[in-house]
Amino acid sequence: MSVLHGFPALLQAADPNMPPVSGMWFYIFTIAKIMIIFGIYMVGVAMLTLAERKISAWIQDRHGPNRVGKGWLQPAADGLKNLMKEETMPAGANKPLFVLAPILSFIPALTTWCVIPFGAPWPTRWGRIDMVVADLPVGYLFILAISSLGVYGIVLAGWSSNNKYALLGGLRSSAQMISYEISMGLSTIPILLLAGNVSLNSIINQQAWGGWNVVNLTVAFFIFMVSAFAETNRLPFDLPEAESELVAGYHTEYSAMKFSLFFIAEYANMVTASALMATLFFGGWDVPFTARDNIGPYSKWLSLLSIGIFLAKILFFVFVFMWIRWTLPRFRYDQLMSLGWKFMLPLALVYIVLIAAVMLGLSAAGIPEGLWQTAILGSINLGVIILLFAILDRGRIISPAYGRMHPREIERLRLLDRQLEKRHPIVTEAGK
Amino acid sequence: MARAYFPVLMLLGFVVMNALLIIGGSALTIRRRPTPVKQQAYESGVPALGDARERFSVRFYLVAILFIIFDIETVFMIPWAVYFKQLSCFVPLVNDVCPVGNISFFGLGEMLVFMLILLVGFVYVWKKGALQWD
Repeated sequence: MSVLHGFPALLQAADPNMPPVSGMWFYIFTIAKIMIIFGIYMVGVAMLTLAERKISAWIQDRHGPNRVGKGWLQPAADGLKNLMKEETMPAGANKPLFVLAPILSFIPALTTWCVIPFGAPWPTRWGRIDMVVADLPVGYLFILAISSLGVYGIVLAGWSSNNKYALLGGLRSSAQMISYEISMGLSTIPILLLAGNVSLNSIINQQAWGGWNVVNLTVAFFIFMVSAFAETNRLPFDLPEAESELVAGYHTEYSAMKFSLFFIAEYANMVTASALMATLFFGGWDVPFTARDNIGPYSKWLSLLSIGIFLAKILFFVFVFMWIRWTLPRFRYDQLMSLGWKFMLPLALVYIVLIAAVMLGLSAAGIPEGLWQTAILGSINLGVIILLFAILDRGRIISPAYGRMHPREIERLRLLDRQLEKRHPIVTEAGK
Repeated sequence: MARAYFPVLMLLGFVVMNALLIIGGSALTIRRRPTPVKQQAYESGVPALGDARERFSVRFYLVAILFIIFDIETVFMIPWAVYFKQLSCFVPLVNDVCPVGNISFFGLGEMLVFMLILLVGFVYVWKKGALQWD
């Protein structure tokens, strides 16, 4: 371990004065943590369905749910309704797989979070409680492994329903999820380059000392966020359940609690993706603007503060998920695939080489982890972003609407548009 | 070491138990009165035509195959990324930093070679039109 990690003080949130809880207490606290976070997840998911509807209402200038307990009891009413509803199953469905599919998408969605640290260690008289359910040395790899299992539930749901819409939704979803999984995996390689370890604690520690990765690796964050949207099947990538084409996609035939399981899984995935974005790019539970808060001495107030900060970061990203859902239109399927394969994948590969080369240069110049490194990496990112959006792109690469048209044809249409506008200028109310 | 993984098993058991409880519990509370019409596959109101399990586009298979290649490539990159600092230094690191004047281009060069091989495949796939959806 010490070979991999030079600073002994930075090792896995180590506090030399306080050993972790041991023996029976370890299991008792683990069970308590599992119960509490699972409960928070379930209640949180219910509240997020309400939040989604309230935010959509706010964005579209409507009221949203406001009848059942002024809207606050709507999630409970929905849950109760799903518990009592009649359940249907198509006659041609494959019954065992039809029942298994929602379970298979529920399990990975609610297992992934267990390696994400959510707060500073809590000192008790039995020892130090790490604010993470399972402090695995393989941390990030575990997340990659488990989160990609979610595709089985979706593709089995689509196939077992024996419904054309469901089958198409399941196929689309599996193709989309595995396509974006590549760019998601590649976008996190630069983080591992900087942290030099796959454990999430060391990634958080590296950010506490070396600046948040959103500044160090802005382009990787951009790729990761877009991939996270595609992985969780959220708009603008909700092709698997595009309601205007496929009714409800892979869960068309599902009703009652089986549908609820899919719903819970979708929102739980969204929360986990938000937690991952916060952990990998926004310093995790690290309290902003305090660089050395993660080596102790710990106190319960620090733990509470860091948990609150982590929750705030998660909620912010959840809000961004919803905000984007009600702002952007849906991609076409060929656009989705070409964005993933022809833009994100090469960009992520080039970015890995770039960051590796910059790290080599920094280490040749003898610049250690810290403010200078962050400043240099940040300005390089700024350059790459300007290059991408202002010079290379201009509506050609990132919005791959060119799919069916020759680029020259698009240029011709653009020119025509501009000439038309010159001849007949659009007069707005404000212009008069 | 094994103890670190035990909470994962506990959580997995807990989640599986919950999923089964939800499905099993709902089997007790729901009423099921199937009729032939209710059991038809939903096709926007018109009677269902034929079976859904017919042939579908071969592109989905292509994407799955390409995914395996590129995902394994990602897996190969992870150990390289974790060990990059050590690979680009001739001597052991001091406090996680390479002593000045000992920079090695071995790590970067290795990855460039790996990516070059990959790039050939990627360009081939692209030119073949495997990434083109229409």
